[in-house]
Amino acid sequence: MIPELGHFSLILALILSLVQAIVPMIGANRNRLALMAVGRPAAQGQFLFIAFAFGCLTWAFITSDFSLQLAAVNSHTDTPLIYKITGVWGNHEGSLLLWALSLSLWTVAVTVFSRNLPEPFMARVLGVLGWISAGFLSFTLVTSNPFERLIPAVAEGRDLNPLLQDPGMIIHPPLLYMGYVGFSVAFAFAIAALLSGRMDAAWARWSRPWTTVAWVFLTAGITVGSGWAYYELGWGGWWFWDPVENASFMPWLLGTALVHSLAVTEKRGAFRSWTILLAISAFSLSLLGTFLVRSGVITSVHAFATDPRRGLFILALLVLVIGISLALFAWRAPKLAGGGSFGLVSRDSTLLGNNVLLAVATGSVLLGTLYPMFLDALGLGKISVGPPYFEAVFVPLMAPVVALMVIGPFVRWKGDDVKRVLRLLAPAIVASLVLGVGIAFAIGHVTVRTVLGLTLAAWVLLGSAKLLATRFAERRGADVGTTLRGIPAAWWGMWLAHLGIGVFIIGVTMVNSLNERVDVKMHAGDSAHLAGYTFKFVGVADAAGANYDAARATIEVTRGDVAVATLTPEKRVYVAQQMPMTEAAIDIGPFRDIYVNLGDQLEDGAWVVGLFYKPFISWVWLGCLLMGIGGVFAASDRRYRRLAQREAAAAVAARQTT
Amino acid sequence: MKAKFLVPLALFLVLVGFLGYGLTLNPREVPSPLVDKPAPEFRLATLAAPDTEIGLADMRGQVWLLNVWASWCVSCRQEHPVLMQFARDNVVPLVGLNYKDTRPEALGWLKEHGDPYSVSVVDADGRVGIDFGVYGVPETFLIDREGVVRYKHIGPVTPEAVRDVLLPKIAELSRAS
Repeated sequence: MIPELGHFSLILALILSLVQAIVPMIGANRNRLALMAVGRPAAQGQFLFIAFAFGCLTWAFITSDFSLQLAAVNSHTDTPLIYKITGVWGNHEGSLLLWALSLSLWTVAVTVFSRNLPEPFMARVLGVLGWISAGFLSFTLVTSNPFERLIPAVAEGRDLNPLLQDPGMIIHPPLLYMGYVGFSVAFAFAIAALLSGRMDAAWARWSRPWTTVAWVFLTAGITVGSGWAYYELGWGGWWFWDPVENASFMPWLLGTALVHSLAVTEKRGAFRSWTILLAISAFSLSLLGTFLVRSGVITSVHAFATDPRRGLFILALLVLVIGISLALFAWRAPKLAGGGSFGLVSRDSTLLGNNVLLAVATGSVLLGTLYPMFLDALGLGKISVGPPYFEAVFVPLMAPVVALMVIGPFVRWKGDDVKRVLRLLAPAIVASLVLGVGIAFAIGHVTVRTVLGLTLAAWVLLGSAKLLATRFAERRGADVGTTLRGIPAAWWGMWLAHLGIGVFIIGVTMVNSLNERVDVKMHAGDSAHLAGYTFKFVGVADAAGANYDAARATIEVTRGDVAVATLTPEKRVYVAQQMPMTEAAIDIGPFRDIYVNLGDQLEDGAWVVGLFYKPFISWVWLGCLLMGIGGVFAASDRRYRRLAQREAAAAVAARQTT
Repeated sequence: MKAKFLVPLALFLVLVGFLGYGLTLNPREVPSPLVDKPAPEFRLATLAAPDTEIGLADMRGQVWLLNVWASWCVSCRQEHPVLMQFARDNVVPLVGLNYKDTRPEALGWLKEHGDPYSVSVVDADGRVGIDFGVYGVPETFLIDREGVVRYKHIGPVTPEAVRDVLLPKIAELSRAS
């Protein structure tokens, strides 16, 4: 009964999404306020219905209702409660429902937080979001109904894929989807702007916080996913240039470009058609990512069940959404005048340079991801494109981005003097070159990559310090507190996010340069050595979880005479799927992780043990965290709330006078 | 309408063309260099009787399957019931290549789970496996009367793979003589 309620609720949500897609659009065209006003309640009602449907599906998982096919395939009575809940989206159908849920959540957020938008503009934004929602809800209902029954019911479910039974997987998909889908808001604003011809600084100011928040979610989602890969897959790697990782990384890159391009459009009215194109493309890449994951055109470890009918449906959806918006762009964008002119040395041009490089980097990732399919389609054979391609192309493209990123904030808008900028930055340039080469020699790993990475990292850190000092120097005389309060949140956001890039580069460079690993065969009592640490294999004992049996090894790690950690990696066999899993054990430290995994047992009773030494890996996560916090600061800047505050102040004033 | 604003749309349409065509392809289908080539020669002791040897020549004149398996291989357990059913249906001989395994463990495994193989040969050091280009266990090769490899299945054999691929191919090869 409950699954049927969920199913009906989803159908009602589809109907409301069509209302939301059509009625406000007509209203905006004919300038009828009553019709435009339909958008908000339709969006909010749609959210309630989707949330209810999602609740029904979750209920079926929690109560182990195995007459529901999805629950039977992805859950088990012994699965811990939290993984029963996350099992809801650990599959194709449920994850689409999560997609729809997060889209409607974003739409409701727009109706709540963007109350100051002009009615016709708001109506168009909601209309566009309504169309997207209608597309995805009909895709869900027609090809991937999560409420499909399994009659007769089975006694026991097949359990959630053990790889997904992990704390990281609890929050990774929701965060990622909030990010992916969040770009739909920037997209809807861009389409509404094209439709209404309103593409000015105000438009950019409305879009900016939405874009930034979506970017923060995407950053967090990718980081958590990468952290999950690091400790769950047991290879000690954290980024594999897998097609599905790329599918999330491409919108992130373009979203980064968009965040910066919007800044120029807001401040200077320039780059308008480019900004619109970025907004369309960022969301288009989110959709393309969905297509790649769902259709099976690209092989990937992430691929869920693939079905050509689904692929065709998403492709049609892709053609409609992206095709129409790009056609609209081709039609309306030429009417946009270019905005203010700017000199070769100006903040505008550094941002333009970064935008172009980020777009090219996105293109190269897209090419690498789809290249095997292109070749296959042209009958030129089957190949796979691996990390060597991506690293060879990506590093040279991103190095100038990072170099420019530091210079940008020092340069004035519109035009600046080269000599002034050089004078400001010359000490930092020299110091980072010296530091880059010096540290590479100090750690005894002098390669082009290491020197480049360390130099760039030093450049970012020194540049950030100099930027902060310059900011303080502007207000000489004022006390520190006043100065700090005088700096807008958006500036701190920029500063933190850029600093995060520097920290991230340190992590990547160090772990790639100094990473060590050995695979050893160990009997109980054996010891092995790596990077100055001694690993003593104490033994293996049986350990069982709710839905798995495990062999748990105990390994004592010492350095000299000092005990460092006792690690207990496990080899688990999940009962329902008979799937073996390694559960790595990690001793996390600020300057290094010690990472141990347990391999197979050999005939003579010895175990294969993988030992890893990962210097500075935590800095990779810390860098991402700083970027995310930077985004939060940027989005919370006061000027976005100024209108709302003014209204509140007016209300208070009105109350006081009566 | 200026032409340059049409560029994104044009690029997108080209991409759609590829994506649409890509839907009809199967990226998982990895061609084996051995397909349509003579199977590598081998002569190995059988699992049941260490002093009996059989080789490729003994199988000549019949269509048969070579299934690479090991007692330590978890995916082999997954395909095992499918192979048992295949053996019961008695379609063509199923030869097991016991890969990098030990005799007692392999025999114990067959005793515990059932033995679907007409005969299993022992490839303890994996030399024959290398000749066959095995890169993961299980793998299954379909070999025709002339000893030519006609098809290679990577990973556990599923009931669908038997029904939709192996059986039709076997029927085709058995007819052609």
